[in-house]
Amino acid sequence: MHLWAFLLSALRSVTSGDRRYHLWMGSLTAIMLVGGYAYLVQANEGLIVTGMNNHVSWGLYISNMAFLVGVAAAAVILVMPAYVLHDVDFSRAVLIAEGVAVSALVMCLGFVMANSPGYPWKWWRLTPVIGLLNWPDSMLAWDVIMLNGYLVLNLAIPFYILYSHFVGREPSKKKYVPLIYVSVIWAVSIHLVTAFLFAGLPARPFWNSALLGPRFLASAFTAGPAFMILLLGFIGSQSRYAIPQVAIQKLATATTVAAQVNLVMLFSELVYEFYMPTHHGISARYLFFGLGEHHALVPWIRAGIFLNVAATLTLMIHPLRHNQRVLMVACATLFVGIWVEKGIGLVIPGFVPSPLGEIVEYTPTWVELCVTAGIWALGLFVLTILVRVALPIELGEVRSPYLEQETGTRIVRPRATRARYEDIRVRIR
Amino acid sequence: MSADRPVDLPEILDGTLLQKPVDRRDALGLLLGGVAASVAAVGACAPLNAATPEERELKLLEWEEFTQKHYRRMTEEERAETIARLERLAKLRHNEDCTIATTDAQPGVLFGYAFNVSKCKGYRRCVEACINENNLDRHQDTQYIRIFEMENGVVNLEEADPTYQHEVPAEGHFYLGTQCFQCANPPCVPVCPVGATWQEPDGIVVIDYNWCVGCRACMAACPYWARRFNWSAPEVPPEEVNPNQHYLGNRDRKKGCVEKCTFCIHRTRQGRLPACAEACPTGARVFGNLLDPNSEIRWVLAHKQVFRLKEELATEPRFWYFSD
Repeated sequence: MHLWAFLLSALRSVTSGDRRYHLWMGSLTAIMLVGGYAYLVQANEGLIVTGMNNHVSWGLYISNMAFLVGVAAAAVILVMPAYVLHDVDFSRAVLIAEGVAVSALVMCLGFVMANSPGYPWKWWRLTPVIGLLNWPDSMLAWDVIMLNGYLVLNLAIPFYILYSHFVGREPSKKKYVPLIYVSVIWAVSIHLVTAFLFAGLPARPFWNSALLGPRFLASAFTAGPAFMILLLGFIGSQSRYAIPQVAIQKLATATTVAAQVNLVMLFSELVYEFYMPTHHGISARYLFFGLGEHHALVPWIRAGIFLNVAATLTLMIHPLRHNQRVLMVACATLFVGIWVEKGIGLVIPGFVPSPLGEIVEYTPTWVELCVTAGIWALGLFVLTILVRVALPIELGEVRSPYLEQETGTRIVRPRATRARYEDIRVRIR
Repeated sequence: MSADRPVDLPEILDGTLLQKPVDRRDALGLLLGGVAASVAAVGACAPLNAATPEERELKLLEWEEFTQKHYRRMTEEERAETIARLERLAKLRHNEDCTIATTDAQPGVLFGYAFNVSKCKGYRRCVEACINENNLDRHQDTQYIRIFEMENGVVNLEEADPTYQHEVPAEGHFYLGTQCFQCANPPCVPVCPVGATWQEPDGIVVIDYNWCVGCRACMAACPYWARRFNWSAPEVPPEEVNPNQHYLGNRDRKKGCVEKCTFCIHRTRQGRLPACAEACPTGARVFGNLLDPNSEIRWVLAHKQVFRLKEELATEPRFWYFSD
C-alpha cells in the first residue's frame, strides 16, 4: 500500500512543475527521440553508418562510456564521508550523488549497447547460466558485473532511505550501512576495471601502462565532483534544499586535489613518451603533435589540457575557489576538459596508428553524434527524475497518505538527514 | 526499417519446438527471447501481411538461430540440427546450396605457417584467393591478408605501404604478408566477454559467429590487426559463393559479428592447403603440420633463419618469416 503510494507520489512529483521544468524535460525527450531514430538507422544498416572501421574499431561510444564510469564512481567522494566518516556536511548531498551515479551508469550501459550493433537483446548471452559470461578471464565481463552491481547498489540504498522517510520510519542502519561499505569499494573497482579493459592490452602501447588505472581514478575524482558541485549549486539556488556551503567547499577542495594529481600524472606521461621518443610513443605523438598530415586530435587535446590547467590553477587560488560564481565556471571548465582528455584523447589515439602501423583517422558521423546526444539526454532525464522524486521527500513535503490512517503508529517527523537532526537537537537545547 | 516480423507464440507452439525436450537453459532462453520478441514487435515496423510458407519458415528458423546454444556446448545432435538449419537458412536467404562441415581438429595435428619474404613478389594472388575461398564481404572489401611493400633495408611496418597500386615487384622493395597468426598465446581470446572465440586443439583460433555479440574487444586486443568486423550485412554474389563451408570458417556471417582468418579450416582439416598457400605463384608460402617431423614447415624451421613479428609480446605466433 505504501509502495503504491510512493510510486504515485513519485509520478506526481515528476509530472508536475513549472514551465521551465516542462521545457527542460520536453527538450530532453526531443533529443532522445532524435537519438532513438539514429539508433534505429544504425540497428538496420549496421555500424557502417558510424565513423568506426576495422582500424578504429571503438569510437565515441566507448569513449563516453569510459568517461561516465568515472562520473559514476565519483559518487564515492560523497558517500564515503557522509556514511562512513559521518561527516554531517555531506549528508544532504549524498542522495544527489547517488542519483548522479545512477544516471551515469544508465548512460554507460546505453553506450555499451550502442557500441554493439543491431539488437540489444543479443546481450542475454552475457547472463550467467543461460548465456556464457567469460568471467574471470574477460575484463569486459568484469565490467558488466561491476556496472550492473553498482547500478543496483546505487538504486537500492537511496530507495531504501527515501522509502523509509516516506513511510515515516527511520532507516535502519543495520540494513543499509553494510551496503554502503560494499558500494565504496565497488565504486573504486568499477573505474579500475574499466581502466584495465584498456591497460591490459599489450597490442595498444598507448593504453598498456600501469599509470592508466590510477590516472582514470584521478580524472574521475576530478570530473565527477566538478559535476556534483554544479548540480548542487543549481539545486541550492532553485529549491529549498539548501546544501551547506561548507559541503560545497569541501567538495571543491577534493576536486582541486584530484585535478592536481591528474595533471601530475599527465606530466609524467608526457615525460615518459617524449623525453626519449620510441615506437611505443607513436600514438601519443599522433595525439599531441600529429603524424604527417594526420593531426585530427591535436587541437582537441591541446584545448583539453588548456582547460584543465586553467581550471586547476583557478581552483588552487583560495579566494577564487571560495567565490561561488568562479567556482561554478571552473568546475564546468574542468568537466569539459576531462571529457575531452579522456573521451577524445584516450580511446581513439589507442587505435592510431593500427598495430601494423597504418594510419586511419576517425571522425564521428551524424548517427554517432545523435545517438551520443540521445544517451546524454537520457542520462539527464533520469537524473532529473531522481532528484525530483528525492527532494520533496527529503524536505518532508511528501509523506505516505496512509500514515494518518494507521492507528497506534507514532508519526515521527523523520530526520531527513543527519544535518536536520543536528538542527533539531540544537533547537531543543 | 527492419523486416523483422515478431515471432508470435502460436507459430512456435504449433511448430516443432514443443515436441523437443526442453531443458532449463532452453526454457529460459525461450522466455528471454519471448521478451525480446515483444520488444521487436514494438520496435520493428514490419508488414504483418507477409506470410508465405517460406517466410514463416524463415522466421521460425531465425528464431531458433537466435536462441541457439554456444557451439562448444552443443551435443552431436544439436550440432547436426544447427547445421541443417544454417544450410536451410542459406537457401532461404540467399538461395545458396552449401554444405557446412563441423569437422573437428585431427589428433596429432598442429598447424604452422612460414612466409618467405625473398620469394613474395607482391602479386596479391593470395588475397584474391582468400576473398573467394572464404566468402569475404565484397561490399566492404574485407580482406584477411595484408601485403606490406617495404623498402630494402627497412624492417618497419610503420614505413611500409600496404595499399600499393602499381606494377610489382617494385625496384628496391620486398614484400611481407600478414594474416591471423593463430598465436599459441592469443590475446584476443581471453578478452571476449561471452567466450565466443577460442583456440582449437590444432592451433586455429576460431569464432562462433552466432554467439559473438560484436563488442570488438578482440579487435582492440589483437597486436597483428588480424580481425575484421561486419560493419554491414556482408554481400557475396550468389554465383561466387564457395559452397564448401565449415561452421567455424567461411560460412555465412551476419552483420555485427567479428571474423578472421582460420587457415582455411574447411580445407586444412581435410588435409588440403589453405587457399592462399595454393594460390601463391612464387612458392613463398609454406604450410603444414608442426607435429610431423617430415613436413616442409618443420624443414624450414630447422634450416632457415626465421623471425616472427612482435616477439616481445609473448604471443608466440605460429607464423614465421624467413628468407632464402
